[in-house]
Amino acid sequence: MTPELALLADALVRSTPLIIAGLAVALAFRGGVFNIGAEGQLLMGAVAYSTVALIWGNILGRFTIVVAMFAGAVAGALWAGIAAFLRRRFHVLEIISTIMLNFIAIHFVSFLVRGPLQEPTRIYPQTESLQPVARLPQLLPGTRLHFGFLIALLLAGALAWVFARTAIGFRIRAAGASPIAALVAGKIDVSQTSTLVFLLSGALAGIAGSIEVSGVTFALYENLSPGYGYTAIAVALIAGLNPLGVVASGIFFGVLETGAIALQREFAVPSSLASIVEAMLILAALTVAALRGRQLLGKPAAP
Amino acid sequence: MSALETFLEGTVRTATPLAFAALGETVAERAGVINIGLEGAIIAGAFGSFVAAGSGSVWAGFLGAALAGILVAAVFAFFTIRIRADQIITGTAISLLGLGVTATLYRQLYGATGAALSIPTMGITRVPVLSSIPIIGSPLFAQPSITYVLYALIPAVWWWMYKTHMGLGLRATGEDPRAAIAAGINAGKVQLLSILFGGMLGGIAGGVLVIAQAGSFAEGMSAGRGFIAIAIVVLGRWHPLGVAAAALVFGAASALQYFFQAMGWALPYQAFLALPYVLTLLGLAGIAGKASAPASLGKWPSGS
Repeated sequence: MTPELALLADALVRSTPLIIAGLAVALAFRGGVFNIGAEGQLLMGAVAYSTVALIWGNILGRFTIVVAMFAGAVAGALWAGIAAFLRRRFHVLEIISTIMLNFIAIHFVSFLVRGPLQEPTRIYPQTESLQPVARLPQLLPGTRLHFGFLIALLLAGALAWVFARTAIGFRIRAAGASPIAALVAGKIDVSQTSTLVFLLSGALAGIAGSIEVSGVTFALYENLSPGYGYTAIAVALIAGLNPLGVVASGIFFGVLETGAIALQREFAVPSSLASIVEAMLILAALTVAALRGRQLLGKPAAP
Repeated sequence: MSALETFLEGTVRTATPLAFAALGETVAERAGVINIGLEGAIIAGAFGSFVAAGSGSVWAGFLGAALAGILVAAVFAFFTIRIRADQIITGTAISLLGLGVTATLYRQLYGATGAALSIPTMGITRVPVLSSIPIIGSPLFAQPSITYVLYALIPAVWWWMYKTHMGLGLRATGEDPRAAIAAGINAGKVQLLSILFGGMLGGIAGGVLVIAQAGSFAEGMSAGRGFIAIAIVVLGRWHPLGVAAAALVFGAASALQYFFQAMGWALPYQAFLALPYVLTLLGLAGIAGKASAPASLGKWPSGS
């Protein structure tokens, strides 16, 4: 195996959570929901996955991955559900509430890995390592590339299909593009559609967290995510909120960040350079969209 | 100091940077601009003050903070007013940009650790007579001088916003920019200036963190204060005095940990760290239907 192949595999590993969380953001923004909370939903997914795998891994055996990942998706959806509820019931701006929930999730993980879920020797702030039954299989032997990358591709294909071919996909796009028209002309329950979009978006982010735990880290710890949920916003926007485009931009950002880490190692170039490039790319995409006389997204739905 | 005084002092100390940032954001939002990039202005201000204070003067530090905040706000203004890009997405990018640029510059200029860099810090100035008032005197009037600047700024912004012709123009722009233009107000200019003012106060908030509190810079030390400040603006119902009160409530929630420590009550420390964010959510839910945002907030000039 060549070092180039290993580096490419690393880039794809890095792009996996970015693609899935990017899909979460793309789905939300398409549906007129400003979910900035993929980071927190991803962390809660990772929490649920590791909890289920650590506590019931012995009983579940080879079903561990499926059950734990389902738990991860549900946890992500529930975490997003808090913001969805606050928006629907109390008209709380989801931009604010999801960011607050991100911070709460980070402190919650910190509490768990220094408290109830800490590894038995109680030295390191992390959980015990997951058993082999809870780990995703390798995709390319000898590299770190794992099965999660395929799941990311499948999810992207599924979301593209939902948008293009299904009634619910049409409702989501209509609610996001013009909530009033969707309500008046399409008889679409915009409020209900937004809630659904929010929950599905959270579930996707929860899956991203589950895959990161089961494919890469094999344990829960505080800095599990180097801001995947925030980078995912750039990933989704650069892709024009198109699910298949998210795969391309997710891989691009995976290469960018892996490259930045390698640069830091080899030449002491700070890896924070990557977030500058990401911000610049968002601004560039905004400029291009504005010059073409349209916005990057539809107007947010009235809550 | 008694436990109560320690708690009150912590309340005012935590509230100070939040109130600076939220007061600036209030002005921007009353002009119809929601600047989610406030976080970027705060971290830039923190870094700017750290660099400028190296010259040896705390006031040079605050000048650097203000300039850095204005610079970040200018980038935001360019994209939202000139390019007419969406305010929320631009703001998200600006926050990312501010955090990335400051982290990169810091590591380039001072190395990854930045160890043992000392800058002058602003000590406590006791206001004669007032600081000897029982219970509240010391927490309110034994603070760094920048806090007294804030005390003066809050009523000044209130007076300017509600009692002057320019303040009326500001509020008109936020409610209905087209009507404001028809009445002869240069709405674009009003928005630009209020964004820059908001950036300046955001920068100063970052300067407070470095010069009056931490005494050093750390990557990401703004720690979401920009977003909390935006929530405080909502809780304070877009009114300078309400915003100041909301910042104090917020400071009190954060300062509860000092009170608990003083009383010897044990709780996981993460619970205290998470408390301000939980409180924001509850607060936002609690004022549902009672507050109304400026009518054109976030919609002009990017929308149709």
